[in-house]
Amino acid sequence: MSTTVTPDTARPSRPTRRRDRGVDPIPFWLKAIGVLVALYFILPTLVVIPLSFSSGTALQFPPKELTLRWYENFFTNPVWLTSLGNSFLVAILAALLATVVGTAAAVGLSRLTGRLAGIARTLLMISIVTPAIVIAVAVYISFLQWHLTGTLLGYVLAHAALGVPFVLVAVTSALGGFDPKLLRASASLGASPFSSFVRVTLPLISRGVLSGAIFAFVTSFDEVVIALFLRSPTFQTLPVQMYNSVTYELDPTISASSSLVVVAVTIIFLVPQLVGNRKKTR
Amino acid sequence: MSTTSRTPRRPVASWLLLVPALALLAGILLVPLFQSLLRSVGTPDFTLDHYASLFTDGVTITVLGRTAATAAIVTAVTFLLGYPYAYLMTRVGPRLRGVLLVIVLIPFWTSVMARNFAWIIILQRGGPVQSVFEFFGADDVVFYGSVVGVTIAMSQVLLPFMVLPLFSSLGSIDRKLLLAARGLGSSPLVAFWKVYWPLSRGGVVSGLILVFTLSLGFYVTPALLGSPQQSLIAQLLAQRTTQLLDFAGAGALGMLVLIVTLVLVAWANRFGGSISAIGVVATSRTKDTV
Repeated sequence: MSTTVTPDTARPSRPTRRRDRGVDPIPFWLKAIGVLVALYFILPTLVVIPLSFSSGTALQFPPKELTLRWYENFFTNPVWLTSLGNSFLVAILAALLATVVGTAAAVGLSRLTGRLAGIARTLLMISIVTPAIVIAVAVYISFLQWHLTGTLLGYVLAHAALGVPFVLVAVTSALGGFDPKLLRASASLGASPFSSFVRVTLPLISRGVLSGAIFAFVTSFDEVVIALFLRSPTFQTLPVQMYNSVTYELDPTISASSSLVVVAVTIIFLVPQLVGNRKKTR
Repeated sequence: MSTTSRTPRRPVASWLLLVPALALLAGILLVPLFQSLLRSVGTPDFTLDHYASLFTDGVTITVLGRTAATAAIVTAVTFLLGYPYAYLMTRVGPRLRGVLLVIVLIPFWTSVMARNFAWIIILQRGGPVQSVFEFFGADDVVFYGSVVGVTIAMSQVLLPFMVLPLFSSLGSIDRKLLLAARGLGSSPLVAFWKVYWPLSRGGVVSGLILVFTLSLGFYVTPALLGSPQQSLIAQLLAQRTTQLLDFAGAGALGMLVLIVTLVLVAWANRFGGSISAIGVVATSRTKDTV
């Protein structure tokens, strides 16, 4: 934006790419800000992985000596392993529940119009904007009465409710490209609505369902605020154990746990990518 | 299959599909929130004292003010960093744009606890940030345990909510308008201010409201990176619930936070759908990573 522009230089006589650069270059300061902001985005991720190999008990960055003892600790200490197992269990069940009810809701909403359907959609999305702490406090007190705190069922229900909006968004967007005439065709060939759904709709929206399920899984796996309120001495998830290790115990094993979670979540997010690419090349 | 026989049957079946999701939502979200509302106005009998005391007990209002101030600073920081970044995204080629987009989404990929833990290490006494300041001669600059540290960590994770609405808004502006303004003799700054900025305002407003709203409810980051003396509203809410067991007071405070949030979200919705924006932000995690 710093060069002066005259109408002459904008003439389409030069090749397009060169003209864009010449007349309307990206100023240096903009590139510099871009690099700095990009660094800010990735800074914590950059720190986490080298940190997990740091040998000191007081965690320092950059690490002075390298060790695998935090990983060893993570995989041998029953407290960490149990928390990891609990997190997987909760996340899988919560994702399953959220995906089933969320997909059903998305299919239902795709056929409904009008005010009431709009309200239903907003209601289903509302947990995404409600502050987690407000949900956590309300759920905690009600779950105390219902004897759901510290139980697998309590965790699964709460986390599934958080996952529904993600499934709804993903499946709704997949249904956007779905031609309802196909259903009429399959009905005219004698299929029941249910078998039409399983054999026609579901394969076509499978990518949306899968990506919704992955979001629901990661949302639960990474959820810490509600989990902190629902925890009990006998049942807690990995993020809660990580929270404990920062606040009470100062256990450097959290560095290994952090790296593992970051890597695992990245791999999980790459799954629909790989599935999608395979479809494309077919 | 005739239209007359299908039309009355179908909506009912479609509504039935919504039942499980609505039931889950009601049981986990609506009923607990409603119970919490009842407690806040019905302990011991019908009363609005718990709401009145939010404004008279001295503590709540201070914490509310601090939370709003922190949210405002975070919003300003994300805007000042996010606007040029989003603008840069509209300027580069498609390949680099993809890279910049993936980088924006990285805070989502990074787990909450891993991210906050990393910030503790970066900002703590003897950490890399303090070393940098020491190198430049400022000895005792430690952001860990202060509002500054909380702001740094919160801004990082909220930046995507600023950048993505801005990117979609800036991306739809025709840059030829700028060239036209320049061709007509205006300086780059005037061209930006009179032509580009007004066209970007929709994205700006929705980004600002979105980030401000989301900042209000942060719990883990202030709890881990801030100091107990400078707690934010979410910490106060947690403390009233688990330590003071003041369920009625916590209910009133929770309702206040919820209402403020929903009003702001509804307001942001007028500038381009903020509820769905978050959903889109979230799903773009997988979709746009090219």
